[in-house]
Amino acid sequence: MSPRARPGFWLTALLVLQKDLLIEWRSRARLNALVFFALSTLLLFSFALGADTRILGRSAGGYLWLAIMFASVLALGESFRVENENGALDGLRLLPVDPRAIFVGKAAGNAALLMVVAVVLVPVTLAVYDVRPLGGLPELAGVLALGCLGISAPGTIYAAITSRSRAKDVLLPLLLFPILIPALIAGSKAATLVLHGDPMQELQSWTKLLLGFNAAYWSLGILLFPSVIED
Amino acid sequence: MVKALRIALPTIGFGMLAFGGWLALVWVPAERDMGAPSRIMFAHVPSVWMMFLCCVLNFGASIWYLAGKPSIKVDAMAEAGAEVCLLFGTIGVLLGSIWARPTWGVYWNWDPRLTSVTVMLVTYAAMLAARRFEEDPERRARVSSVLGILAAASAVLVWFSVKWFNSLHQPQSSPSTTYPELVLTLRWNSFAFLFIAAWFVWERYDLALAARAGELAPPEPPPAPAQQGGAA
Repeated sequence: MSPRARPGFWLTALLVLQKDLLIEWRSRARLNALVFFALSTLLLFSFALGADTRILGRSAGGYLWLAIMFASVLALGESFRVENENGALDGLRLLPVDPRAIFVGKAAGNAALLMVVAVVLVPVTLAVYDVRPLGGLPELAGVLALGCLGISAPGTIYAAITSRSRAKDVLLPLLLFPILIPALIAGSKAATLVLHGDPMQELQSWTKLLLGFNAAYWSLGILLFPSVIED
Repeated sequence: MVKALRIALPTIGFGMLAFGGWLALVWVPAERDMGAPSRIMFAHVPSVWMMFLCCVLNFGASIWYLAGKPSIKVDAMAEAGAEVCLLFGTIGVLLGSIWARPTWGVYWNWDPRLTSVTVMLVTYAAMLAARRFEEDPERRARVSSVLGILAAASAVLVWFSVKWFNSLHQPQSSPSTTYPELVLTLRWNSFAFLFIAAWFVWERYDLALAARAGELAPPEPPPAPAQQGGAA
């Protein structure tokens, strides 16, 4: 291959993203499982708390995020299972491309998948918990997008770390959930503010926290991912 | 020299701790408002300090492993730091919640410090658990360096994010706002804890090195064929 044919950083990331989305689109098995898993989580919360719509509505933002977080563990684990099957990750690594671009591509793919899950969950949350997005749907979409990006950046590193270990199903949530606490706090607060109105104008500061979380973990991921997949 | 230091560290540490216990329990006058429970502070604060110290040790060793020298020794240092960090952090949190019951009226509340330290301890525990499941020593060292850096970053982020909740934990006092006996006792105990922590790290480091040497050692040679005829 001549040096000119090598794709640059962003093109590599885009190609990896395209590959992941294509794999997903061809079977849609992961997406189906994720959506139904997240939906049943949402229902479980309401059974655990009783059928009081007022209480459920008040915490709807938090439940929405918990459902997405639980689903994210399945999504992330799966995204590296397909890479380890048939040694696909080794193939990727052998390509003369920047491994950091592989991280960006895979993390973007995971974020996209989570966003689809979120899009399906929102109308169900609104209906089942009886809430109206007082702050507006675009704001809710923005918060959800930021949160999904925030989950997928550390999630992709941890999934890459645990994908080769013996107890990956236990290790991934064990490592990931504590790290996600800031995103969960900020995401739930922001979602609750969007769903129930924001009289004190707090939404902006929680969105900033989400942005900071994203900035921290995307840059750490880009920095650290090469040492995770090198062997 | 090294052998003498190895005996001296725990001897001095535990000796100082014994005297420090007397200082803290008998000699120092009880705090005016909190009374006797305030004496827990003389063990609680040094343990949390040691936790942070060991956390910094782990962070430093992790960076050193990835950016500088990927050696077994650096990895052993990171492992020792993480484990002693977890130990002193757990002691600190337990002592803190015993103190909180008479003072705040509850064992636990969602104060930023409590929450963030606990999240940090869970992160380190998860990292140590992940180490157990990685069999290749070289990959384990690399991966746990990554985990160490991420854990330290998350400690900072968790701290800022939970700080926005209402805080109950008092800010640290500075030596100038407290009485001299208290400062002396706290310093004395901190040095006792420092010697003990240093000894723990040292022992754990040697243990980690020995474990690694065992993993990397070539397999045992097959037993020599039985000697025949008794000729040596």
